[in-house]
Amino acid sequence: MAALYEGYTLCGLVPGQTLTNSGIQGIEAERDSDHVVVTDSTRSVTLYKVSDQKPLSSWTVKQGQTLTCPAVYNSQTEEYVVVSDNKVIRIWKDEDILLDKAFKATVSSDVWRVHCLPGGEPVVLFQRGAVRLLDSLLSAPQQPIEEVLAQEEAIRWSTNIVADSQQFVIFTTEQKGDSFLYLHRLNPNTLQRYRLEREEPGLSPLSFSASYRDKHICLLYLYPNGHVYQSVVSVRGLGGDEGAQALPLPRSLLLGLPVGEGLLEAASAQLLDEAHVAVVGVPHPSAGAGKDFLCIWNTNFQTLQAGKEMAGKIYGQLWTFSNKLFIPHGKTLSVIPYECPKSSLASALGKLNNGFINISVNVIIYGFFSLLTQRTNRKTQSAPSLTVDQVLDFTKTAPVEEVQREVEGLLSRADIQDLQPLVGQLASMLVSRSLADPAFYTPSTLAQLVHTQSLCHSVCPDLVLLALERRDFFLCQLCLQFFPDIPEAVTCACLKAFISMPDTEAEKLSLEPDSVSFMETLIARERAPVGLQNGFSSTSTDQDCSDALGGGGRVVIKTGEEDKEKSSTPPEPICPVGLHKAVLLNEVLLTAYSDTFLLPHLKDLSSQHVVLFLQYLQFLYLKYSQDASPQMHGLRSPSLTQIMDWVCMVLDAHFTVLVMTPEAKGLLVNLHSFVKSQVRLVSELGKIEGSLQELNKMKVKKDVGQYSIEIIELF
Amino acid sequence: MGEFKVHRVRFFDYMPSAIRAMAFNSHTERLALVRADGALEIFNFADHYFQEKVIPGQDGRAVEALCWVGQRLFSAGLNGEITEYDLENLRPRYTVEAYGGPIWTIGSNKQGTLLMVGCEDGTVKMFEILKERIQFQRNLERQKGRIVSLSWHPSGTLIAAGMMDMIRIFNAETGHATHRMLVERGVGASKSREVVVWSVAFLSDYTIISGDSAGKVQIWDGLTGTLVRTHLVTKWDVLCLSVSQDESSLIAGTSEGTVVQFQFISSTVDQQEEEWVRTRTFKNHSHDVRALAHTETAVVSGGMDTQLVVRPLLDKVEKNTQESAMRKIALPHRSLVCCAKKAGLLLFQFPDHLEVWRVGESDGHGKPGDSLPVKRKPEKLIQLKGKGGDHIYSSALSPCGEWLAYSTVSSVRLYRLQYNNISITKVSKLPKDLCLGHQLCFSSDSTKLFASSRHSSVIVVALNQLECKYLHTLKPKSGSRQPVHLLCTSEDGKWLATANTDCEIHVYDLHKRKLHCTVPIYSSCPTAIAIHPTTSHLVVVHADQQIFEYSLVQKEYTEWSRKLQKQGLHSLWLERDTPVTHVTFSLKNPAHIILHDMFMFCIIDQSLPLPESKTLLYNQMTLRSLPEQERIRHSHAFKICKNFKHVMCVSLLEDHSLVVVERPLLDMMSQLPAPVRQKKFAT
Repeated sequence: MAALYEGYTLCGLVPGQTLTNSGIQGIEAERDSDHVVVTDSTRSVTLYKVSDQKPLSSWTVKQGQTLTCPAVYNSQTEEYVVVSDNKVIRIWKDEDILLDKAFKATVSSDVWRVHCLPGGEPVVLFQRGAVRLLDSLLSAPQQPIEEVLAQEEAIRWSTNIVADSQQFVIFTTEQKGDSFLYLHRLNPNTLQRYRLEREEPGLSPLSFSASYRDKHICLLYLYPNGHVYQSVVSVRGLGGDEGAQALPLPRSLLLGLPVGEGLLEAASAQLLDEAHVAVVGVPHPSAGAGKDFLCIWNTNFQTLQAGKEMAGKIYGQLWTFSNKLFIPHGKTLSVIPYECPKSSLASALGKLNNGFINISVNVIIYGFFSLLTQRTNRKTQSAPSLTVDQVLDFTKTAPVEEVQREVEGLLSRADIQDLQPLVGQLASMLVSRSLADPAFYTPSTLAQLVHTQSLCHSVCPDLVLLALERRDFFLCQLCLQFFPDIPEAVTCACLKAFISMPDTEAEKLSLEPDSVSFMETLIARERAPVGLQNGFSSTSTDQDCSDALGGGGRVVIKTGEEDKEKSSTPPEPICPVGLHKAVLLNEVLLTAYSDTFLLPHLKDLSSQHVVLFLQYLQFLYLKYSQDASPQMHGLRSPSLTQIMDWVCMVLDAHFTVLVMTPEAKGLLVNLHSFVKSQVRLVSELGKIEGSLQELNKMKVKKDVGQYSIEIIELF
Repeated sequence: MGEFKVHRVRFFDYMPSAIRAMAFNSHTERLALVRADGALEIFNFADHYFQEKVIPGQDGRAVEALCWVGQRLFSAGLNGEITEYDLENLRPRYTVEAYGGPIWTIGSNKQGTLLMVGCEDGTVKMFEILKERIQFQRNLERQKGRIVSLSWHPSGTLIAAGMMDMIRIFNAETGHATHRMLVERGVGASKSREVVVWSVAFLSDYTIISGDSAGKVQIWDGLTGTLVRTHLVTKWDVLCLSVSQDESSLIAGTSEGTVVQFQFISSTVDQQEEEWVRTRTFKNHSHDVRALAHTETAVVSGGMDTQLVVRPLLDKVEKNTQESAMRKIALPHRSLVCCAKKAGLLLFQFPDHLEVWRVGESDGHGKPGDSLPVKRKPEKLIQLKGKGGDHIYSSALSPCGEWLAYSTVSSVRLYRLQYNNISITKVSKLPKDLCLGHQLCFSSDSTKLFASSRHSSVIVVALNQLECKYLHTLKPKSGSRQPVHLLCTSEDGKWLATANTDCEIHVYDLHKRKLHCTVPIYSSCPTAIAIHPTTSHLVVVHADQQIFEYSLVQKEYTEWSRKLQKQGLHSLWLERDTPVTHVTFSLKNPAHIILHDMFMFCIIDQSLPLPESKTLLYNQMTLRSLPEQERIRHSHAFKICKNFKHVMCVSLLEDHSLVVVERPLLDMMSQLPAPVRQKKFAT
């Protein structure tokens, strides 16, 4: 899952005359991933070393001159290129101190931008759409520059891209409300013009982002209504009908971002990789209408992957270089590292072992959700029934019982088709009211809503925490069971609450009957004849312990003796926690997670709790290894792999603490022997694999035809 | 030792034909085997399963069954004739028409006085076995439907006959049928098809055992005619049965290629009563097992996949000995390839035709292990179809390549070949004495043709451009009646050596036209002989893998041969299970003897020390890894090259390059028809 890390400030901002301007004209990559060139909107260019958060050098043009294009760095010649006052191209090197003394050349037409990719040649894009390589332009600076664009057409955005050693300049223009995309290929020069499909009248794209993959240029643009479109242009099909009529550019809707009230004003979307988009200036779906958020969305699954609130005003500017987002906000330019691991459905939803398909059907995709909500609203307005909106209003104020009754009535009505958005709205309404009003809580209604399996954590992120706060563990269990996307922090909070709960309290709970019956059978089961699963048998373990620990400390020898005593009468494992507590813990074990995010939260557990939890896991493991197939079909039960994964994680998180805790010694020794037996099994399997591979190799033999003349040698 | 250029030839697409029937003679320990093309082969099980004799088949002769009566061998087939073989002259002695339509089965009584055949028309015909012939005696009561299998009760009073859908028991004296036992048809789709009782066996305790096309092995009580027990063995047919001499073990061959063993034992330890219990299953064949023989120690099986398999029963033989090793005999124990050394030509002998090929050429030089670019591809020069229906017994190509001779059971034919514009002319006037040629051989200067004839004699014929003249006949003094199976001449034209299946080796002096000497008889049959071109030593390799070198001048074993016998051959050498079928000599180094069996060829360097019992026999890989100076310390006389498999011939051409003719078993297998479909895992 993608993540945003803690950011840091690169520099302060000097906001321009108007508040809408951040004061930064552009940021370009410099020699490596740690250096950037920041051009402010007036006169200066500054080179920063990002990790040190400090400027290395700075160049300024004279008072009265202004920089009209962000400075770029030509890595081939190690020179900087900037344009001042639209027509003067300036080129200088790192060691040049004064910009005025550096090379200057005045060209005959206004320059829009100079682009330069690492390893590529700088390209100059003129305001009227002409494109020149910088070198060829400088050889005759006053050469006539043609006009490509129409009269009232103006460039809005541009970039360049290297695709299969072909350099492209891409720019978008606007003319009387229409948007166009130009694709200019250099060497040989071809130009292709595309017309962007019109969004709602009066809306033109707020931001563009382009990338190249699989022989296609992929353009991403964000409209003020929150729609993010993607258009894909093949690089191959270019050329031919140059300068002909603008082709319509097909687009596909990638995301429908929630916009809150009104339209977006200053927002930007940047492609991070093929599945992730960073968006700034768009409200967080669960944090009200404030637009000062930086979010990462997964476009494949339309899920929100990470979000971060940015203090201060957002200017709708966003740059990304080498896994860092550069975002000006308020009075600072912040650098926020991010991570977008390769996404699959499994990792987008977390690590799922059980019931994957079942759950994934019910996933509410948030992007869809907001779209659907709009649609539903529209629909309900057109076909009036006193229903949804009224009930929604009703829940805001009515007493508990009536709310319960109304919601029940609403849910039981079969005619509601778009149940999912409704349930989401209801749930968040109820949760927010409960949070606000300590007296108000509707456990059964919430349970009912969760039971519809139309909810997920991202729809109402506070539900689980609310349940924990109100010690409604049944609801917790339901949430853990039905939500596919519980964040690791919340899982850990549940674990902490469950493990610290006194057994007496736990036994009073009424829990989901299936999982209770599984635990009952597991605990009550007579000890079956010793079977082997995964090569582990408890008796051999005991012997291994004493073997393995010969020469250890005194304490260890004692343990070994204990084990010897035990091995004469192998002990029946005793469940260290009560039945209901075990059921709740199982639910945690069954939850999807990814280790990287879970591990830090696991560290919050206290050492007693860790020992208890480990004992419980050990109990499960022993039970599982004794019985050939304790997992009953149809019942929710953690798998052996899940148990082992949790053991490993808990040990990882608390290793030093456990080593220091005397009561954990025996436990650790036992766990060590589990691991040993598993390692032995795996190594045996590895041997088998090796020999099987050898067999494969042996079979390869040279094919001899009908006749050959060969040389052999006898000794 | 050095490098050799090897012509690796795989275009001899020899295909043995399917095994149809076999009969084992436990007195002489000879196995007679007949193939689908009618060829008869005799294997000597007492002498390392050596294929002693071959009688070629004939077009249209489909032998269905074989039967030993004492030393005499009878066969019967779908052409409706009974044939007795002349095993001394390797030809059918006579044939008798049974007048009952196609014959499915043949059997004799224990006393060896009567022969009975089961015919298509439903009769069982009895023949009296006389000294020189057989004579029709009578018919048993005629039945409706063909008689597919027969078995005589050891007492001679009752005969069991397997038919369609039933088994009949006849009283041998009266000829009347006494019992009729109905055999159940298969289930499902095969319910509508008649079940064929492919094989019956009548045991001395009046138990009848039958194998049928519904896949059952059934045990019947022959006195009451009741079914005792049914064993469903396969989904397909049970094609043949064989019972051990002591009637304690029974084997059944199926279409799935399995052989199932039943034993007459008590099924539980404390139970007294014995019954037939299915004990073992052998799967040594890919196709139908058509013929079985239960020897005292082994299960012998053969079928569609053309291989003869001898599978020792591990409770009857000592474990981990050579005796307990399974043997598969896939290629004939005689050479079907003749190499004209001077001309670089190869003659391939097929049952019904001959092919002459010229080996390819390459002018390249390469490192050991390389394949050289072939400049001229090998070409087939001549394909000569045999005349008449008789199959070819023996063939020879003269060293110069200009003469080609072949023999069938009835005649010898000689051809003159010309290669500049390829032509073949039959030499029409052959001497009258040249009518039989078990073995043919040309002298090294191509002026004489030797043909072995009856009673181990050799006919010498002179060849020249104009005529073909009978010179004389060489006769051994021993008076052996056995045929010659090996014939060779010396390079200088002075000596001619013959070996016959009585293990005798005679050497004739061709200048004096008389017998020069007889090599002391060794107990095992010679499998290859050759006379050294310069020293005139005769090298003999026997079926038990022993090698002897006999000096023709001194008329005694050579020093080297004595040393070899004294020290003994390496145990691994003796354990090889295919005979050496060809011996030749290096022209470059007179100390080198080149010989081969099916899985290797070996160059014996007589100048090197013999391998001791502790030394590594197959040491080529070790020597390769050693530096050159150390090799000499580790090398021994036997240089064995195992690069080639399923070798049919190794010969040395005049340009010192080797010709290795391989016939990969896989290639042969791929020519077989598809086996019966079997459910395999995950199919």
